[in-house]
Amino acid sequence: MLTLSAHDRAMLDGDLGPGVALAMRIVTRIADVMSAHELIDVRSAHIDGCLYHGAASLDFVERFVQAGTKVVIPTTLNVGSLDLIHPELYHGPASTGKAAQRLMDAHVELGCESSFTCAPYQLKHRPKLGEQIAWAESNAIVFANSVLGARTNRYGDFLDLAAAITGRAPYAGLHVLENRAARVVFEAPDFSALPGRDIFFAALGLLIGKEAGASVAAIVGLPPDTTEDELKALGAAAASSGAVALFHAVGITPEAPTLDAALQGRAPMRTVAVSLEDLRGVRRKLNHAGPGEPLVAVSLGTPHFSVAEFEQLMQLFARHAGPLRCDFYVNTSRYILWLLEQTGVAGQLADRGVQVVVDTCTYITPVMKKMTGLVMTNSGKWAHYAPANIGVTVAYGSMSECVRSAFEGKVWFDEQIS
Amino acid sequence: MNRSANAGGNASDATAIARPSQVYTGIALTSGYARGPKAQLSEPLSFWGGYDSVQGTIVDKTHPCFGQRLGGTIMVMPRAKGSSSSSSVLAEAIRNGTGPLGIILRERDLIIATGVIVASELYGINIPLVVVADADFKSISDTDAVIEIDSPNHLGVARVTLIAPSHALSEHDAT
Repeated sequence: MLTLSAHDRAMLDGDLGPGVALAMRIVTRIADVMSAHELIDVRSAHIDGCLYHGAASLDFVERFVQAGTKVVIPTTLNVGSLDLIHPELYHGPASTGKAAQRLMDAHVELGCESSFTCAPYQLKHRPKLGEQIAWAESNAIVFANSVLGARTNRYGDFLDLAAAITGRAPYAGLHVLENRAARVVFEAPDFSALPGRDIFFAALGLLIGKEAGASVAAIVGLPPDTTEDELKALGAAAASSGAVALFHAVGITPEAPTLDAALQGRAPMRTVAVSLEDLRGVRRKLNHAGPGEPLVAVSLGTPHFSVAEFEQLMQLFARHAGPLRCDFYVNTSRYILWLLEQTGVAGQLADRGVQVVVDTCTYITPVMKKMTGLVMTNSGKWAHYAPANIGVTVAYGSMSECVRSAFEGKVWFDEQIS
Repeated sequence: MNRSANAGGNASDATAIARPSQVYTGIALTSGYARGPKAQLSEPLSFWGGYDSVQGTIVDKTHPCFGQRLGGTIMVMPRAKGSSSSSSVLAEAIRNGTGPLGIILRERDLIIATGVIVASELYGINIPLVVVADADFKSISDTDAVIEIDSPNHLGVARVTLIAPSHALSEHDAT
């Protein structure tokens, strides 16, 4: 039975207006679904509702706008359907574009920050270890839980905004320490010294998502120098193929100094040994192109590229002279683009023919010039969703393979990886 | 959870399909009444990226039910997966009439529940969402039937009735 505080009750009863009451009805009904006994304060929210999926998206947010409702905690926004900095890139139906723009604007009217990124953990302020938050966007959720040690459930559209408006979330699931214990252990093969190891993190993530489903996973055997970007790729992939909201990388992530700590002293339900061949198999399954096949584009930055990834990209570009022989897109946030403008990297990227896309992502909305043909990516998430979303065929390779392929205009694979 | 087969005998045996109907109970995560043919999803579906809410078909090419329509059906799926945008796509499908009339899951799922609850708040369309025990889920999955869900109260007992197709047809003819 859910027990509400006096303030919760006041919100539910409409004392703070009809918008707050609607938000509280949603929070409490979801609390019931989760068998929560109480609600807790959350310190920040990340909203996935500004990506346009149809009339329901807009109907929901307009209810709050009309009621004059505002968010009560720091609230960031996920990607929308448009790049508002480069609006000319969008070539979908005008009516959809208009509705998508309104959806993004309406969220800002509610007091949300115009961050428009799927990687809010790359913004200036990020949640601390143990902080209770209400985040949506599957890759952001898994990153916040796993890499930062903040606590959120796998919130979806609607509930994220309802939590931001009420500042409350059901105390259940991954908000509760005991539920954060790993249940399935994955033993990763040693791929630390392989070139283009980015795709092994993504492949491992896809495999974990498929095997673990919604269970908390612990991973042993990842390279000790694993970067945040590699964990980002792993988590995003795991949350695409499964419902993974939290993984512990033993010796790397904050709640897993040891395997025993990750398991909270309990025995795992099962242990899965992963071989290098398993990961190569995942890559073969994602990849739908042979060496030498002509590319229409390369797309990187799903989730949004970090500053470190742009630096890595510039180093790879430095190995190649001459023009790109296919379109080259990198998705990131307007905040990261602003940082790149300060350091001059943005100008260098433009000079080399790279189209930076912000506020949105190339696999969810028509912004790429050519939407048919072969597109190469190093993102497990992009490779997983793009074929159904925008109809392209995917070539899947490491960032290094993607860059060389773009300069050749055709797919190139490093024999050492495959 | 209790299970009863109104034609008597062991409900899990191979003759289940021959009975006029079987009744199971589950937990109603949302209230509502629905009746329709079963859409069995053997694997979890991410509505976002996996379902076209305008056309009303599964568009995830890697899903075993690729191309299947969910409109007018009772969707039976072990659990959901994938993107947290699925709540919106499900709510939009319910609004468009391309979504399932009722949903039976084996595991509680926040994202599916959110989509259903918001569709009810915004459009007053109440889709019963029921969670059943593992053994009952298996029996429901294994039976080719028209399904009726009666969930009068959220968090109350939901009654799931499997009606063998021939009986469902004759009953329909009679009315």
